[in-house]
Amino acid sequence: MQHLRQLEDQSVYILREAYKHFDNMGMLWSMGKDSTVLLWLARKAFFGHVPFPLLHVDTSYKIPAMIEYRDRVAREWGLKLVVGQNKEALAAGMNHTLGRVNCCTALKTNGLKQLIEQKGYTGIILGVRADEEGTRAKERYFSPRDKHGDWDFRDQPPELWDQFKTTFPPGTHIRIHPLLDWTEINIWEYIKFENIPFIDLYLDKGDGTRYRSLGCAPCTTPIKSTAKSVDDIIEELRHTTVAERSGRAQDEGRGMELLRKDGYM
Amino acid sequence: MQEGKLEKVKAICRQQGKEFEYAFLFDAFLEEQEQGITIDTARTFFSWKGRYYIIIDAPGHKEFLKNMISGAARAEGALLLIDALEGVKEQSKKHGYLLSLLGVRQFAVVVNKMDLVGYRQDVFDGIEKEYREFLGQFKAVPQQIIPVSAKLGDNIANRSEQMPWYSGPTVLDALSAFRKEPGRSEQPLRLPIQDVYKFDARRIITGRVTAGRVKVGDSLVFSPSNKRATVKSIEAFNIDPPPVEGQAGQSVGVTLDEQIFVERGEVASHQDELPLVSTAFRANVFWLGRKPLERGRRYQLRVATKEVDCEVATIHRIIDTMDLAQQQGSSVVNRNQVAELTIRAKTPVAFDLSASFESTGRFVLVDEYDIAGGGIVTELVHDDQEFLREEARQRDFAWVKGQVGVEDRAQQYGHRAAIVLVTGGRHTGKSFLARTIEARLVADGRHAYLLDGENLRRGLDADLSEGERGQAAEMARRYGEVARLLVDTGLIVVSTTNPFGMAYVEAAQVIRTLVHPVPVIAVHMSKTPEEAPPNTDIVLSGPADFDAATRRILEELKHRGVLAQAIGAKPVFQYSI
Repeated sequence: MQHLRQLEDQSVYILREAYKHFDNMGMLWSMGKDSTVLLWLARKAFFGHVPFPLLHVDTSYKIPAMIEYRDRVAREWGLKLVVGQNKEALAAGMNHTLGRVNCCTALKTNGLKQLIEQKGYTGIILGVRADEEGTRAKERYFSPRDKHGDWDFRDQPPELWDQFKTTFPPGTHIRIHPLLDWTEINIWEYIKFENIPFIDLYLDKGDGTRYRSLGCAPCTTPIKSTAKSVDDIIEELRHTTVAERSGRAQDEGRGMELLRKDGYM
Repeated sequence: MQEGKLEKVKAICRQQGKEFEYAFLFDAFLEEQEQGITIDTARTFFSWKGRYYIIIDAPGHKEFLKNMISGAARAEGALLLIDALEGVKEQSKKHGYLLSLLGVRQFAVVVNKMDLVGYRQDVFDGIEKEYREFLGQFKAVPQQIIPVSAKLGDNIANRSEQMPWYSGPTVLDALSAFRKEPGRSEQPLRLPIQDVYKFDARRIITGRVTAGRVKVGDSLVFSPSNKRATVKSIEAFNIDPPPVEGQAGQSVGVTLDEQIFVERGEVASHQDELPLVSTAFRANVFWLGRKPLERGRRYQLRVATKEVDCEVATIHRIIDTMDLAQQQGSSVVNRNQVAELTIRAKTPVAFDLSASFESTGRFVLVDEYDIAGGGIVTELVHDDQEFLREEARQRDFAWVKGQVGVEDRAQQYGHRAAIVLVTGGRHTGKSFLARTIEARLVADGRHAYLLDGENLRRGLDADLSEGERGQAAEMARRYGEVARLLVDTGLIVVSTTNPFGMAYVEAAQVIRTLVHPVPVIAVHMSKTPEEAPPNTDIVLSGPADFDAATRRILEELKHRGVLAQAIGAKPVFQYSI
């Protein structure tokens, strides 16, 4: 488990750097496996405490079990939870049938941007991983976003050794990615190793399906799987040839590049 | 891989009439795929023979050197690709040199596209000879030089049948021959302090061990403050039983047996193997900034966790990475150039030579908001404070303490010790300001004391001759040691450089060195605008407004964490006293 400990040491270092440099910071928590591991790593880094708020951009289309899980864990671990929602777009009737990229942009990207603006966050910690999809493979650990929340991937700042971009002009913010070097299997191995409580939507409860990646209910489909435990999941992943996000509709076409350049997670 | 991506990339290739290559798959951006170049680094993962690998695909294009460096700086080992058809070009040389600067010591050279030169041994031998000679000039030795055809798979995973003349390892063999972080835990301890937490009853000093090991019961010295304490515990979350040791690479948290005030940027080590401390060092630097690096311009220097303002004192030479020729007499270093510099920091920094320690021997320079350059320390540069700093270090190590620690006093008094030092020429109102500050602090319930040079002259220095009293350096030294005693009692000392006349610039520096790390709030007064001594915090010129000046000084004391309960802008539970 040497490898997991090394990943942990690097992530903890990044989290502590972030906490040192950003006075007003939040961590996105989607209740999925990655951001839950990230939350656990924050408890590692800060010795059982989470000294910044957990942010959830609620599209209102999440699977209900996720919201129950969110509120229960927040209560048990004493987390400060901040929920943001693009109420205007919802009131105007936004949903996935109006176009998936449109819907993600309105409810997630813009929901996040509104939250950042309202609260004045200058640092946002996210659980994105390099092996999830192509544009995330090209991220920095500390990745600047401009006044509009846009990502200039053509001209990213240098990132050398353990020195990160922690200074930035007013009005801009930094996205912090402590999990970049983790793979999907690493996440599950670590969940097992540390015995981290996770939401059971990832497990087959008898109908031969489970979720491999969690998002909004209308745009996320379960995969066929009989994995009933973390061990089963790890075993399954060792042999799979299907992409992790194959059940995520927004990845179709150039969806993720378009979304991420405009400030999507 | 995303479903259908392979087909999509192949379709782009067909459209552009070029042959598909797997490398295109890393180019996730539309722009990269259309232009057929890699703009930024990409990570990809695989495991082989029980070892996990992250491949960082770093672009070779000249334009994207900062991206290549960002990728390579993270690497524990590297494969450097040379195109057999093109031979050893400028970029190959630059990359070889930069790998060495970045501290990537394990690397193999891969000579690609051997199929395009008919798998000829003489072509390969020529490249190998030329490149080895180049690398040898800065003592870089590749572990392997491997002829391959990446497209056809020759010597990648399997031995090539096309090149029977080559008997060395394949690329995969070379990768598995790379070793993991060789021996950093066996080095002397280096633990740069990252932060200090007080979320609960524990006051935890955190940091990443960059070399050696730290154990419960170890006696630590923090440089450059020279504070000492013993490790009481190593703290961790969800690890049972708690660890008793941390080693190189680990992010740790320790508690100490004594509440000493240490802060980010200091380096913990054992007393017999201390890091170097100076305000200046010589270094090899590569510059990536949009604006050229200029002598005399202010940059932020970051060595491990220390962040301090600095300037480039001297540009000794620019190094041409093509032939390692040196060019002297330049006053700027342009983007993508490498240079030898002397860097001078505003305050003393703990560091090492990069030949001895990797992490504490390298640094980055920040220009405005971005990391704009990086480098390795090649030499300590002696500064004029060196002897005094050594005096202070020896004195601090041998300092006999009572039962009451600095933190205990701070808690009792409700503030920390500090020195407010007023500098300036004659008749500028220094003494009056100092008296006003002392009175105001005491009225506010602080413990402050006016240290007037005249009182030393007639007492402590009474046995000196006129000639001896004229030696400003020695007078400043005595003055500094007295100030050191007073701040150790927890007082805020208010003082002027009156006794030193016009030699106040040198005297202020001596006092600073001797009282380090107690904060010195330097205030400069003048009737007409003039240049203040280096590191002055508050400049007051023109007719003196003593009320306004007092307010500014009190603000500065709060800002520096002397008066407030918190230091800096962090939440109050940190550093609470």
